[in-house]
Formats: sequence, C-alpha cells, structure tokens
Amino acid sequence: MRLLTHNMLSSNIKGVSSGFPLRIEVEKVVEKQVEMNADFLRNMFPKIEWKAFAYAAKALGYSDLPEEADSSQLNSQDFLQKFHHALLELHLEEGVLICPETGRRFPVNRGIPNMLLHEDEV
Amino acid sequence: MKMAARPELQAPPEIFYDEAEARKYTSSSRIIEIQANLSERALELLALSDDGVPRLLLDIGCGSGLSGETLSGNGHHWIGLDISQAMLNVALEREIEGDLLLGDMGQGLGLRPGVIDGAISISAVQWLCNADKSSHEPRLRLKAFFGSLYRCLARGAKAVLQVYPENLSQRQLIVSSAMRAGFAGGMVVDFPHSSKSRKEYLVLTCGPPSLSAAALPKAKGEGESCSDDDSSGDEEAQVVSVSDRHRPKKRQKLNKKVKGREWVLRKKEQMRRKGNIIPPDTKYTGRKRKARF
Repeated sequence: MRLLTHNMLSSNIKGVSSGFPLRIEVEKVVEKQVEMNADFLRNMFPKIEWKAFAYAAKALGYSDLPEEADSSQLNSQDFLQKFHHALLELHLEEGVLICPETGRRFPVNRGIPNMLLHEDEV
Repeated sequence: MKMAARPELQAPPEIFYDEAEARKYTSSSRIIEIQANLSERALELLALSDDGVPRLLLDIGCGSGLSGETLSGNGHHWIGLDISQAMLNVALEREIEGDLLLGDMGQGLGLRPGVIDGAISISAVQWLCNADKSSHEPRLRLKAFFGSLYRCLARGAKAVLQVYPENLSQRQLIVSSAMRAGFAGGMVVDFPHSSKSRKEYLVLTCGPPSLSAAALPKAKGEGESCSDDDSSGDEEAQVVSVSDRHRPKKRQKLNKKVKGREWVLRKKEQMRRKGNIIPPDTKYTGRKRKARF
C-alpha cells in the first residue's frame, strides 16, 4: 500500500466520526521505483492532507518531508522529488492500520490492508 | 449452448471467487479479453478530460486487476477494492501497479470525501442485490455503497459501473439507489438487441445539476443494423427472426438426391427377373409428390 492510498483511507466503522488518519504500525516497508509525473503531483497536492501525509512518511522511516507545505513549493524540483518518493514509491508491505477513534486494528498483509468490518461495526 | 449459471446465484463472492475461479482470470484468454474490452469501454464512458494528466481512479471489485491494467495502461493511478482474497492474490502475482484493498463495497467505501477523480466497476455491483448473510439487507448495502461512493468522488467526477442485473427489478433497485444517493445519470446499454454482447453501464455523475446536464454518452450498436458488428452474438439474434418459408435452399438440396422414375423402373425390373411379385408399372410409378405434401 502506498501512502497515496493511506492518505485517502479512513476508518469506516459505524459511529466513528473522525476515522482519519489511520495510525500506522510498521513491520516491513518496501520501495519500488516509479517514474515521476509532475502534473499528477500538482493535481494531487490539493487533495492530500499534508499533516497526515508527513506523519505516515515518518512512520515508514522517511523524514525528509517538511511539516508544512503549500502550493508555492510545487515549483521546486527538490520538493516534487521528495513528494513523489513519499507518495508513490514507499509501500507499507506488512503492518497494521489503526482506527484513531476506536483503536480497531486493520492488518496489512503483502501490501493489502484488510478493511473488512465485522457485522457489528457496519 | 447452455448459458453458464449466474455466479451470483451460486455462492457469496468471497467464496465463489476461490483459488480455482481466480486462476481462470490469468489463464483464460477469453475471460481476459472480455474483461479488457469492458474496462476499455468503461474508461471511454468515464470521459476524463484529455489533457494527459494521470488521475486517481477507483476500481470497485477489481478482482485480479485485469481492469486495473487498462487504467494503468492509460497512465492513471488507481486503488482497487475487492472482497475476495484469492482474487487479490492473483492480482499480486500479476504485479499490477495499483494499490489493493480487501473490503466489502456493501459496507461502504472508507475513503475521505472528494478525493477520487473517477470510479469504474466491472461486473460487480449486482452482487449487492444478494443477501448472502443474515445481516445483509440489499437495499441498505446499496445505499451504503452509493452513498460512500458519492462522498469520496470529487465534484463533477463520474462513475461508470458495468452491471449484470438479473432482472428488471434488480436494475430498478440499483438505479434508484444510485439516484437516491444524489447521482445524476442513467443506464447506457451497448448492443441492446443482442443477447450475448448486450452490456449495461450505469453512468453516474457526481455534483450539482449544472455539471451533470450533459447528455448520456451514446450506446454502441443501437439503431443501425447489427450486421456490421463482428461479434457472433448478433447473428444469433437475427436467426430468430427469419421465418421458415424464407429458407428454400435446404429443400432444393434434398430434391436433388431423390432418385427418379427411371431408377425406380430399373429396380422393379431387376426384382421381377429375380421372380418377386412386383406391382405393374403405371403412370403413378415414381411420380413426383406435390409440393404441399
């Protein structure tokens, strides 16, 4: 699972009002090289919750991202490179996602988070 | 040929799509081709603006990632959701480029509001019409699905859901659930006159009416004759309408093989020489039967 997906995911449990961002427990992280596309990054930037994104990157062991970011930085090649790396190249392979409100744990196996809810959580 | 039974009637999706079924999605070139065509058409109906910017798309019921491959092929990033672990395992083997989630669309999509640029779904949504567990209520599951889909899509984004509704009431249930969630749009039916290549796409637009005022895209194979379509399904539909009296050729062929009066007379003569009792030759011998016979 890439951080792009982590930044979109929120806990879906019934009665949870702020299921975002899911906390991360890391067991294994892998990196996969992807070609950078600046247009896509500029397009995605307004949709990214930066605080959660920087937190997730740090959890995966990448701490080069700034705490704050605004759209003016998108012209810097250096920033784009870091943004790209954290967004698309870091994968959480094994670990756990944790609902911030209820503490429910969603296991991540082979890069696939198991988001299936129990019957009483729907 | 007997049509294969609907998978929806056999078992819940997470059980039906087991290892063996999932294997078909890598080994059968027929299934792969059908899936590729469906997702190609769904992407076309999604009508993303043609500026070359990759989008973040959602593939609901992504299965083994065949439809995702089409999305990747067009340069888009995607997140796939499926309920079958076996299918997702196949997707991992295929080294697809999107991210995968194990989840049940009937429980709603756990995604932040307004972040997805478009969604496709190939042959998945009709599963929601089934109640596979005692806790399942199709109406509520459809409501949860369409509601969460509406929320996670960006304003003006589209969702194209290819569905196989079993009957009219399932179709109505699916469409009305979508409308109730706030979507605008409707069904686009490709090849409506063919039983095999007929495909239904629910094309939905998310957002204020001004954005969704654009008419539905035109369906394929509608109106004009289906004969120029190369798929075999249309021939099948045409044969049905041909009435018997327009098939004279078969009769003529049969007549040619019938032996004539001369042959009958010769045979009778042979039998007489053998000493058998044979009726006399008359004007009726070896006579051709009337057409109405």
